[in-house]
Amino acid sequence: MSHQARFNALADWLRGAVTSQERFTLSYNAEASDFIRFNHAKVRQAGHVQQASLHFKLVEDGRHADLNLTLSGDDAVDRQRLNEALHQLRETLTLLPVDPYLLLNDDAWHSSNVQDAPLPDSAHVVEQIAQLGEGLDLVGIYAAGPIYRGFASSSGALGWHQANSFNVDWSLFHENGQAVKANYAGHAWDDEAFARRFALAREQLEFLGHPSHPLPPGQYRAYLAPAALEEVMSMLCWGGFSAQSLADKTSPLQRLYDGHATLSPLVNLNEQVSGSLSPAFSGEGYPRADLSLVVDGVAKDRLIDSRSAAEYDLTANGAGWGESPSALSMNGGSLALDDVLKELGTGLYISNLWYLNFSDRTAGRITGMTRFATFWVEDGKIKAPVSTMRFDDSLFSLLGSALEQLTSERELILSASTYSQRQTASNLLPGALVSRLTLTL
Amino acid sequence: MFDFSAQLKQRFAALQSSAQFFSLRYVKQTSQHLSVRKNVPEPPQLSTDEGAMLTVRIDGVEAYAATNDLSQQGLQTALERAEVQARLLAPHSLLDLREHAVATSRADYLSPNLTSAFPSLSDCYALLGSESASVPKDDRLVNWQVSLGLENVEQIYLNSAGAEIRQAQRFVFPGLSVTAYDGKDSQTRSLGRENFGQQGGVEVITSCGIIGAAANVADQALQLILAPNTPTGPRDLLLTPDQMILQIHESIGHPLELDRILGDERNYAGTSFVKPSDFGSLQYGSNLLNVTFDPEIPEQLASYGYDDDGTPASKQFLIKNGILERPLGGALSQYRSGMEGVANSRACSWNRAPIDRMANLNIEPGDQSMAQLISGIEHGILMSTNRSWSIDDARNKFQFGCEWGQLIENGELKGVVKNPNYRAISAQFWRNLSAVGDASTFKVLGTPNCGKGEPNQVVRVGHASPACVFANVDVFGGDA
Repeated sequence: MSHQARFNALADWLRGAVTSQERFTLSYNAEASDFIRFNHAKVRQAGHVQQASLHFKLVEDGRHADLNLTLSGDDAVDRQRLNEALHQLRETLTLLPVDPYLLLNDDAWHSSNVQDAPLPDSAHVVEQIAQLGEGLDLVGIYAAGPIYRGFASSSGALGWHQANSFNVDWSLFHENGQAVKANYAGHAWDDEAFARRFALAREQLEFLGHPSHPLPPGQYRAYLAPAALEEVMSMLCWGGFSAQSLADKTSPLQRLYDGHATLSPLVNLNEQVSGSLSPAFSGEGYPRADLSLVVDGVAKDRLIDSRSAAEYDLTANGAGWGESPSALSMNGGSLALDDVLKELGTGLYISNLWYLNFSDRTAGRITGMTRFATFWVEDGKIKAPVSTMRFDDSLFSLLGSALEQLTSERELILSASTYSQRQTASNLLPGALVSRLTLTL
Repeated sequence: MFDFSAQLKQRFAALQSSAQFFSLRYVKQTSQHLSVRKNVPEPPQLSTDEGAMLTVRIDGVEAYAATNDLSQQGLQTALERAEVQARLLAPHSLLDLREHAVATSRADYLSPNLTSAFPSLSDCYALLGSESASVPKDDRLVNWQVSLGLENVEQIYLNSAGAEIRQAQRFVFPGLSVTAYDGKDSQTRSLGRENFGQQGGVEVITSCGIIGAAANVADQALQLILAPNTPTGPRDLLLTPDQMILQIHESIGHPLELDRILGDERNYAGTSFVKPSDFGSLQYGSNLLNVTFDPEIPEQLASYGYDDDGTPASKQFLIKNGILERPLGGALSQYRSGMEGVANSRACSWNRAPIDRMANLNIEPGDQSMAQLISGIEHGILMSTNRSWSIDDARNKFQFGCEWGQLIENGELKGVVKNPNYRAISAQFWRNLSAVGDASTFKVLGTPNCGKGEPNQVVRVGHASPACVFANVDVFGGDA
């Protein structure tokens, strides 16, 4: 039986098992993944993970509780587990007060997206990585396989999302310890496309062999490549657009949403669900809307889940856990990629940033490290790699007064995150040229 | 307890394999997370998760398959899948494990007070609600939350060499936070949460200190929004244990992980400024610094009898009198490197393979009371409760931030300051350790959220530490 048929059968069983006063939502998460780790261009650790789980919310008379349970794949065993979960939740509900912030979506919406393009054989991928990586110090991971997301409710809503995907996330290390990071991800594996991406990384690696340019703390012009800008965006997404964080006054974009500050008019940020790789519905059963989060540097929409909608009298728009974007899209600008070094002139070309956090969350001040392929550029030419440096700067400067240009080309960055399960988030971002980035250590 | 043990052993015994060695690691976790936010109980989040990882070794090459299907056929299918993968990838394998010894122990390990009753869900909500209600009424207090997490984990490790290790543990995570806002700035003060967790029963709630603490935590949040920013410049830095745990974690724990030193994590979690040749000679810190891997403090989060590869765990000094002695490396990393390590091969659950992780990583107490630590500082600052962490991929250049700061002048605690941050370089910072608090300042803490590995894993990590003083550290405040 397919995952979809298995999920639908469990949802059908549950519809027959609940009383007329009970309501439920049921979401499904499953994957079958190959995970192959590399070190020194050899396989360090290889395995396969098959997992499936249900997130079950039971509601009765304004009371509700949630239970996440692992499924076994055996229909009888899983029905029994769901039955036990139903009884556990029923007992739990008797102990709870009415929740004033419960808001269920009663719409019987339907959504389906199935992408089942064949994936490459993992042994073939390993063979290609071994060939291309021969003589190189390669480290990274290949993750691939199908993922499944489903949703069903007692109101008749039914969502299904299924996609095959792969993600090779790797680094090439120079013997001096400098490294370049690369990624090749998608649905349709192409040997030649992977080889081209690999060659690009190898080309950058050669620059890293030059003696590094010592850089004292201070302010520098800088170009943030899309992967580096993604790290900055991750800080905005850490509560920045969340209705609850904004109401609780802990959003790093509090000043933006309160109208006390603006970003550069070049900044246009959208939660672009349509056409993205993530499901078109949230885990709590709301279709996810496309949202304009920042328009011409000014705050507009926020991400609102059902609980925030009820508490703050807003309209839920399909936000997921933490009310964070998972399909963030930033408009491009007018800077051609070929002109980046020329427009940068003298300064830093930063491929990646790493381990960002807040120096002052309310003020939108962040800190973090350069990592992988950071270069010193003079008069539009790459001169030398730069050792790891710490920056400490304001989001309102980097994306505000200091933002000079955005590249016209944008890069689709698929999440390589595999905490608990393979993630479906993505970011579509340009590169950013800033007039000053403050390095502190 | 161990209800599935007999059946699992039967199924394991019935597995057919041509591998020279194979193992099964079964994990079942049930959890309950409760929260009351601004006096409103949030719906309980319950969870039941179980599955198994089968690992095979064929001609020195290992591979694994993890499965949610625990039937005889499901386990057999997973085992065969692992065998196929081990054979397919053999030509490209980094490691030859033919001579790597396997676990043979048979033992049980239980958390302290594991069988003692835990308060019912109703009683837990009543406790959280009572604490939430004791937050004073003040328009500037815009958010507060009291929470309680409870996790029960059973693990059974079996292998073809006869090992049988069963561990049952209960973890408790109390927490409290209050946010104050004055129209421009907001400040949050917390207790527990990401900085605290212990094994045990109801006594953990008491030892966290959240009962009766809400009013004081709220008062401190209000003090912070009235406080000036932390001044910029070098000062002696007194860190309380709820910041020391982060300091230990990021700038001792991660750099000493042997798999990082061996390069496995360079694409994700990073590498280390520590080299294999540093062990036995590197002056990591001042001679006051004594760091142990200690799985023997029963209530600490990562106390256990055996790691997830079946290696028996015991207390070991990693740094003694400031000299670096041994890394955080499990049996596999020890085999690869030829170095002595500790039993720290750990996985977050059945669906991830064990790798070198921190477990309980502690600083041994010194000989000074808190009063003596403060009185020994002429121009300094006390910082408490981590809220921000950032460090480079070699674990050297760091910047950390705390919730609470208090200036110290001429041996006395002075005014409160907000947004206290400090930055330094690990390799130099620990050598500036100038005073170590005694047992009265020592606290057993930990965090449920240590991320690492490809594929990614989050594990519980214990840290116990006294308060410590570091000389001449660059500190600074917030705002742009």
